[in-house]
Amino acid sequence: MSENSLEEFEKVSCSVQITPDTIVKVAHLARLAIPENRVYSYTLIIGDILNLVAQMNAVNTDGIEPLLNPLDATQLLRADEVTETNQRELYQSVAPRVEEGLYLVPKVIE
Amino acid sequence: MTAATQGDLSTLTSKELHHKIVNKDISVMELVELFLNRIEQYDPQLNAYITVVQDKARAQAIEVDNKIRSGELNHPLAGVPYALKDLFCTKGILTTCGSNMLRNFKSPYDATVYDKLNHAGAVLLGKVNMDEFAMGSSNENSAFGVVRNPWDTSRVPGGSSGGSAAAIAAGLAPYSLGSDTGGSVRQPASYCGISSIKPTYGRISRYGMTAYASSLDQCGPMARSAEDMALILQTISGFDVRDSTSANMPVPDYSATLNEPLTGLRIGIPKEFFADGLDAGVAKVINEAVEQFKRLGATVKEVSLPNSHLSVAAYYVIAPAEASANLSRFDGVRFGHSCDAPTNLQDLYERSRWEGFGDEVKRRIVIGTYALSSGYYDAYYLKAQKIRRLIKNDFVAAFNDVDVLMGPVTPTTAFKIGEKSDDPIAMYLGDIYTLPISLAGVPALSIPVGFSDNLPVGLQIIGDYFNEAKLLNVAHQYQQVTDWHRQSPIAFSGV
Repeated sequence: MSENSLEEFEKVSCSVQITPDTIVKVAHLARLAIPENRVYSYTLIIGDILNLVAQMNAVNTDGIEPLLNPLDATQLLRADEVTETNQRELYQSVAPRVEEGLYLVPKVIE
Repeated sequence: MTAATQGDLSTLTSKELHHKIVNKDISVMELVELFLNRIEQYDPQLNAYITVVQDKARAQAIEVDNKIRSGELNHPLAGVPYALKDLFCTKGILTTCGSNMLRNFKSPYDATVYDKLNHAGAVLLGKVNMDEFAMGSSNENSAFGVVRNPWDTSRVPGGSSGGSAAAIAAGLAPYSLGSDTGGSVRQPASYCGISSIKPTYGRISRYGMTAYASSLDQCGPMARSAEDMALILQTISGFDVRDSTSANMPVPDYSATLNEPLTGLRIGIPKEFFADGLDAGVAKVINEAVEQFKRLGATVKEVSLPNSHLSVAAYYVIAPAEASANLSRFDGVRFGHSCDAPTNLQDLYERSRWEGFGDEVKRRIVIGTYALSSGYYDAYYLKAQKIRRLIKNDFVAAFNDVDVLMGPVTPTTAFKIGEKSDDPIAMYLGDIYTLPISLAGVPALSIPVGFSDNLPVGLQIIGDYFNEAKLLNVAHQYQQVTDWHRQSPIAFSGV
């Protein structure tokens, strides 16, 4: 763990105080349109959950290799060969809005 | 067919049903009709099924009957009906994941496990209920309503594979495939008095199994006996080029070793699984089961998994973090729920996701997004992965001394519907005995070993990596001398 992240770590471990502003910011990062009247209840429950996970901080994990995959396996890569045929119509048949083979979204460029 | 006969058939194992088909005691079509009738009659009390595929099941029954008759099909699961948890993709059939986000979603492709069961001649009855996106321990988080426990319909069946467990317990399917990320096949199996196995991470292809937490998710057979689980696991295991996390390891003949005697088997009892918090009635049943294994020739010693108490904390960082990434694919553009009249792209994303996901899923997305956000990654996700290493090391050390570990699946029997639904923390803490196994990635199964206050209790048997054959052998030997796996709830025993 680097010096910088250790500082962050201590900051978090001392106080898992989540503010409504943090919830609004994180909800935006997660692309969730949280209504104002739900922010407070989310703040409380997310705070509770983070306090539960703060148990981890009681354990010294210096020098422990993080476990990314339970089998310590590395990502397999397949040969760079074309194996799929074009099935655009099939895949777009489940899309909410399509036109002439294109997905429709609200206008993004004025 | 008489009422009594129908009731009897619905309690038989898959192996026994297949024998009846081969011996021409019953046709596949008759068997399919029997289960469809039972679903129609009993499922309104349980809500186990989200989709029943009557027409497809009947069409498949005709085809399989013909192929068995002509000798073209002789797989041990041929003709036996089953149900799939509603997160396995099935072309042309709804795959909802228990979510409003996918309420109308029909996958354009099939999951590998569904494909393999189709080739074996297994007949799909329908798709069963689950906690939304497999997030939950009670099946109360489904957009399609709570599932009820057949042993006491005021109680939960467990989760997230609650529909699978309830359907099997009530005789609405002989077996099912569930998925297990933190205990989601073992815990509902324990609550509903059926058998289930979470194999080693990577044992079964996850292609077409909707992702929740990718470093943990694994498909798990749920059935009436260890013998059935051996047949199912045999059929669906193995490397799949379409799932880069599936293990390229040979699949042993799981049925071949079921009858090995347990003389000399070394059982480890993790003392942490019997500490405060374990219900006395559950502890008594578990201890009696362990005594039975001693009578079968096993030796028992206490072992320690000293970091297992950290598994709840580590899991509720790792799983939400991975879920927040996996569920980012739901954007209201390509598939799934899309909000009405979006004003701009941001509005389309944010409202579609807020409207489409239920509360528990949104909570976990928020936790995961927070844990992965700038400045917090090391303190949460990386820290949790280091704890995960410690938990894995505990298991590696334990298996130097013993062949299998045994303990409870859950601290209590099935709780009342609504009892914990407003308290996610209490719900999370109930996963304490299943999460260490999931984090380590080792295999474990749950078998019914008795009752406490008339509710089923499951024994968890944990094995070393890729040693599913030993677990199935141990469970099968127990089921040869006991009949807990043969018990069925009386309320669902009629036609």
